Amino acid sequence: MIQSKNLTKTYGSQTVLNIEDLVIPKGQSFGLVGNNGAGKTTFFSLLLDLIQPTTGHVINNGVQVNTSEAWKPFTSSFIDETFLIGYLTPEEYFYFIGELRGQNKADVDGLLSQFEDFFHGEILGQKKYLRDLSKGNQKKAGIVASFIGNPEVVILDEPFANLDPTTQIRLKGIIKDLAKKGEVTVLVSSHDLSHVTEVCERIVVLNKGQIVRDIQTSEATLRELESFFAGKNRREEQH
Amino acid sequence: MFKHFVNLQWKSFFRSASLGKDMAIKALMVFFAVYMLVFLAMAGVGLFFLLERAFPESDPLAKVSEYLVYWLLIELFFRYFMQKLPVMDVKPLLMLPVKKRVITHYILAKSGGSLYNFFSLVLFVPFVVMLALHGYPLPNLLSWLLAVVCLSLTVNYLNFLINKNDRALIGLILVIIALYALNYFGVLSVTELTGKGFYAFYHFPLSMLVPLALALGTYALNYRFLRRRIFLDASLKKKTKEAVTADLGWTKKFGSIAPFLQLDLKLIWRNKRTKTQVFLSLAMIFYGLVFYTMDEFSNTSAMMVFAGIFITGIFLVNFGQFIPAWDSAYYSMMMAQNIPLRKYLESKAGLISASVVVMFLLSIPYVYFGWQALAINLSSALYNLGINIPLILFFGSMNKKRIDLDKSAFSNMQGTGATQFLVLIPLLGVPMIIFPALKFLISFEVALGVLSALGLVGIAFRKPMLDRITEIYRKKKYGMIAGFKEKNS
Repeated sequence: MIQSKNLTKTYGSQTVLNIEDLVIPKGQSFGLVGNNGAGKTTFFSLLLDLIQPTTGHVINNGVQVNTSEAWKPFTSSFIDETFLIGYLTPEEYFYFIGELRGQNKADVDGLLSQFEDFFHGEILGQKKYLRDLSKGNQKKAGIVASFIGNPEVVILDEPFANLDPTTQIRLKGIIKDLAKKGEVTVLVSSHDLSHVTEVCERIVVLNKGQIVRDIQTSEATLRELESFFAGKNRREEQH
Repeated sequence: MFKHFVNLQWKSFFRSASLGKDMAIKALMVFFAVYMLVFLAMAGVGLFFLLERAFPESDPLAKVSEYLVYWLLIELFFRYFMQKLPVMDVKPLLMLPVKKRVITHYILAKSGGSLYNFFSLVLFVPFVVMLALHGYPLPNLLSWLLAVVCLSLTVNYLNFLINKNDRALIGLILVIIALYALNYFGVLSVTELTGKGFYAFYHFPLSMLVPLALALGTYALNYRFLRRRIFLDASLKKKTKEAVTADLGWTKKFGSIAPFLQLDLKLIWRNKRTKTQVFLSLAMIFYGLVFYTMDEFSNTSAMMVFAGIFITGIFLVNFGQFIPAWDSAYYSMMMAQNIPLRKYLESKAGLISASVVVMFLLSIPYVYFGWQALAINLSSALYNLGINIPLILFFGSMNKKRIDLDKSAFSNMQGTGATQFLVLIPLLGVPMIIFPALKFLISFEVALGVLSALGLVGIAFRKPMLDRITEIYRKKKYGMIAGFKEKNS
């Protein structure tokens, strides 16, 4: 589904991302972990053509993203709260996204009704604009908006941050359900190792822009990741 | 402790976003500030001579005292809308070991040094100096001046009370209406009375203790009010308005641009800066009166075309020059979402076109000044529709500065760069060259005809022009996304 070849991004003399070859097959739930500055958001921004690659390119379902816009109809994403339109109510925002993705109000309402648990009564019918919601509730609205219109690729950057424990658990369930159907490719990044190991079939570890681990998730994955990050930090302290 | 506060204040001023702007804009802002100050100071000097000539038999100081009450009322009016107590600044101080008493005094004292308090100083100091040069006794003059300063400070603190408290506001309005009525029906001459009162500060220097007491009294009231409210959930909480959901189903008629049109209408209506701009644009309909009532210009002069372009295109300029920066807060979403850029631009063009038509319809009463006025406004509107709309969208592709929507429009330069000044040259300049040249060479009718024809050609070619502009926006997309992410630019 998603292929990136010789993908690099350089600012001045600093290379922030350098991925030689990465293929994410259709229907995979893919997790990206790494410390701050590892290049997670850079990679997602390149996938969404929000920044230009220095070399290489990304191909999404046969479409090269920096030359054609044909990937937009089947790709949806939530990167951060700048993806929300602050002066709309959550409902208006959902309907707006729906319009862009060819869904009428009834379709959107149908989808939203599946997320009543997830919203926990704090999103719909609150008579509040998105800008006046709390960080966590903004995130909930943004994540659900990215499910509108049956996308084939869903990209979520740090979806677990700022969420309360109950919502984190519900979100894990939602992502697992999405992945189970095998039709939606889900890309998730996180700082929380246990969350990604729980929801992702495959985990890629980025460090300073390079892929340093590529793991098919198993029972041992969480321990492996923990020892990697603990060991890495110790090594860095010695330098 | 106070030293730290002063230090903080100093840094907040010199590191503020508005000072970190382009040199050109900085220079322009300094120019306007100096211009205002010089203008006020000159007015202060001129006031003396003006009053001496207009009322030779009465004392200029007495005259000024008579009208001082209006000055204070106007000051209060402006402050009510523009000046807010900067309570939010103290949030980071709350959990530090600083006594709340000190914090309260700090906010209140700080407001005493606000720019608004300098207006009366800048006006009245030169006036008093002129009086002193003409042999008025200095101690008495100083007493008068101090009294005025104290009254200005009283207005300063009174404003915060009525800003926070609607009951105080209503009370004040009732008192003003009552006094006005008494004055109007001749029961009690309030202006004469206050005039005498203010004049007394000059005659009996001790009486200036009254305004001093007033200033201290309002300060104390503010202190008592504020001290009890320095908590996160009281006065330091941001106010949120209840959201009103709007359907705007009628926009469906416009087909595929409907969702963007709805978004733009909500953008304009739900954000302070855009909303004030709509009202300012509507008020600008009267701008033409300035020219039409001046005898220097004939009804077919080039200045009327300037007025015509300006009136029918004011919203075009005000709103259009910041496209697409209005959407800067969520621009990366717009670019990652399933949005054809073309439709996005089309909807903006449609909205501005509607504004040009509305402004033209509103300008029809100018026909009172002759059929030429109507003809000029019509061809200006056509020119705006055909040429200036694509032009402003084209210049929009150079916008890279973020706009935070919730800040007010007054003296808000956010998002302003060199583009905003450059665009005015072709926008207003080109018609101002074409029209007078053709009018001089051939005739008024032909000049107007050419202007309208240019507009019609532009309307006919809007599609290919928009195609080109869309292409340019696509190329500049990465720069825009990066630029709009930078806060405080």
